Amino acid sequence: MEFFTLSMLNGLSYGLLLFMLSSGLTLIFSLMGVLNFAHASFYMLGAYLGYTIAKGVGFWPALVLAPLAVGVLGALFERACLRRLHRHGHVPELLVTFGLSYVILEVVQLLWGRVALDFQPPAALRGPAFTLVATAGEGLQLLWGAAPAALCSAAGAVCSPFPATRGFMMLVALLMLLALWLLITRTRVGLVIQAALTHPEMAEALGHNVPRVFMGVFGAGAALAGLAGVIGGSTFVTEPAMAATVGSVIFVVVVVGGMGSLPGAFVASLLIGVLQTFAVAVDYSLGALLRSLGLEVGPAAAGNSLLRLTVSQVAPILPYLLLVLVLIFRPRGLLGTREG
Amino acid sequence: MALVFRYRPRNVARGLVWGLFALLLAVAPLLFGSGLSLTLLSQMGIAIIACLSYNMLLGQGGMLSFGHAVYSGLGAYLAIHALNRAADGQLPLPVSLVPLVGALAGIGVALLLGFVTTRKSGTPFAMITLGLAELVFAMSLMVPEFFGGEAGVAADRVIGAPVAGISFGPQIQVYALIALYTFFATAAMFAFTRTPLGRMLNAVRDNPERVGYIGYDAQRVRYLTFVIAGGFAGLSGGLHALNFEIVTAEVVGLQRSGAYLLFTFLGGAGFFFGPILGAVLMVLAFVLFSEFTQAWLLYLGLVFLIMVMYAPGGLAGLVMMNLRVAAYGRLRPLWPAYLALAGTALTVLAGVGAMIEMVYHLRLDAALGSGPLRYLGVPLEPHGVDSWCGAVLVALAGLGLFELTRREFARRWGAVQQEIAHEIRQKEAS
Repeated sequence: MEFFTLSMLNGLSYGLLLFMLSSGLTLIFSLMGVLNFAHASFYMLGAYLGYTIAKGVGFWPALVLAPLAVGVLGALFERACLRRLHRHGHVPELLVTFGLSYVILEVVQLLWGRVALDFQPPAALRGPAFTLVATAGEGLQLLWGAAPAALCSAAGAVCSPFPATRGFMMLVALLMLLALWLLITRTRVGLVIQAALTHPEMAEALGHNVPRVFMGVFGAGAALAGLAGVIGGSTFVTEPAMAATVGSVIFVVVVVGGMGSLPGAFVASLLIGVLQTFAVAVDYSLGALLRSLGLEVGPAAAGNSLLRLTVSQVAPILPYLLLVLVLIFRPRGLLGTREG
Repeated sequence: MALVFRYRPRNVARGLVWGLFALLLAVAPLLFGSGLSLTLLSQMGIAIIACLSYNMLLGQGGMLSFGHAVYSGLGAYLAIHALNRAADGQLPLPVSLVPLVGALAGIGVALLLGFVTTRKSGTPFAMITLGLAELVFAMSLMVPEFFGGEAGVAADRVIGAPVAGISFGPQIQVYALIALYTFFATAAMFAFTRTPLGRMLNAVRDNPERVGYIGYDAQRVRYLTFVIAGGFAGLSGGLHALNFEIVTAEVVGLQRSGAYLLFTFLGGAGFFFGPILGAVLMVLAFVLFSEFTQAWLLYLGLVFLIMVMYAPGGLAGLVMMNLRVAAYGRLRPLWPAYLALAGTALTVLAGVGAMIEMVYHLRLDAALGSGPLRYLGVPLEPHGVDSWCGAVLVALAGLGLFELTRREFARRWGAVQQEIAHEIRQKEAS
């Protein structure tokens, strides 16, 4: 039971991090039609800038300043490069962000080196947020903070702490979801953004500066990625490969959820987060499944690595398998409204 | 029934171009006979097939694939397994036909995966190919029986007694085989652009709705093209296996797919010969430039950004624009402007490059404790102020002059284009 609860929480927190990333991507995509290939690079940039700022003025200012800095960089990029290409269609826009991802990766390695950085979360987030204690007789118990050592060392008791950083990650992601939803559906700014998407000429005629709206949206999307970067970088690891590890997964999230659908991205990122976290914990192979079904495999086949692969080993490819399945059975994505 | 005779003049220019291409392939090893250049030439042949097949998707079909290395890579793997089988005597297959195994493998894999990817077009297509590329790359580390794990799969291409003196041991013989395949694959891919399917593909790229209205299935056209492109990619993979005699998991990696995209675009996706330029550049970049500077990926990214912004036609586009000017005899007034442009651009490059190299030196080399930095023959001191001031000065001066010359060049270029347009109008009127 405590395995299930903890895996679920870990899965949800990873899923929410994915949502933080894919929400910025979805925002940019659904509003501007631009698939930002450098989105994961902005995430990485957020982590690195957060590390440097946190070293100077502390973690909490960095949590605000680093995303702002990434947002400004994103807006500048939109102003300098994307805006000129907008009239040429989407392929040059995608290509220019693809080139940007190369440049950011190299610049990060140039400025911060190629090894992983020691990006520690602040003292307030370092310990466990709560501890699940499973004792033999009484079942599950939830204790806030770390559990007393005496309780855990008792016979038959198992303590499972849940890190505070992950709890913080969940909190920020949920707040972000709420703020985004309110911004887009309940405010004047959201109205202008939606209008600029569907009827740019009309919005322009009404006196709104549409290019500036796009610049703001792109900057906001980049800032969201930067925020995810500060949190993800301090929770996991800050290294030059961190963009590549989430880069493809967030595209999977966007396709599985349905292109440009924010709720779809939310559902898909939770699904992928939970799926992957549970899979990592399962030590079960196809060969074992066949054996349990009463099928005896020959000695030659028993050595086959396909049969020996455990679920935990295939965990990294599960999102991509999900992508293929969704495409075959529901090409528009889980909550998508349009094809193509 | 009356016979219909059509007058079809022979396209002399085209025959000439193909003849020159064949001649170039044949003469190149005589001109550049050293071991290094022979390896480079072999790799260029392989890259040309790969980039051309990639351009069937990108340039002709408007399909931006991020996973093209899957098809060339799996082709390489099957080819090297076939080579090993042939060496064991289990498979009666001459070495010269091993690349065709790769082509068949590419077709097979594309038939399977293309069914999923080509259901979408545009941006979703790009993301899905990326997802599938990740899938295949992750699989490659999970199934060591087929992919050989970290070490890869090795083979020996010299099998049995030489046939007519050809054992494929010496590199020159492998080059000859590669050149032969390159020539025929290029010709076949050019022929493809002239087929109804190739024409339909252009229509699917430009206006898929209209294609649907006149009764063609755009998805089917994309799928067929995807399979054919996969076949040519597999062929290049098979040649790769034969050339290197080892295949490691990186051949299906995302880096490789990204390189195909980058260099096909840099060469020029809008023209048939663009990817050939791109492929040559790719091999030069990977083998020579990476030796030259550590920051080559940064330079590559920056060049790519600048090209997307200012020269979306790639190198081929630039060449064709200048050929047009030359055809109208207007290149002469542009020469000084070109020289000034190149000179100032190089100045900027020298200054910026010096700064990048110094940062790299401080960050990466200092840890390794290598010797003093020399850049373009000038000793630089990254810890001192002098070198930095000098580099910044050179870069700024270059930038200012470049902007001045760029304006002058733009003025002259515009004038020349106007003259040409005027001349065309006059011709039409008369």
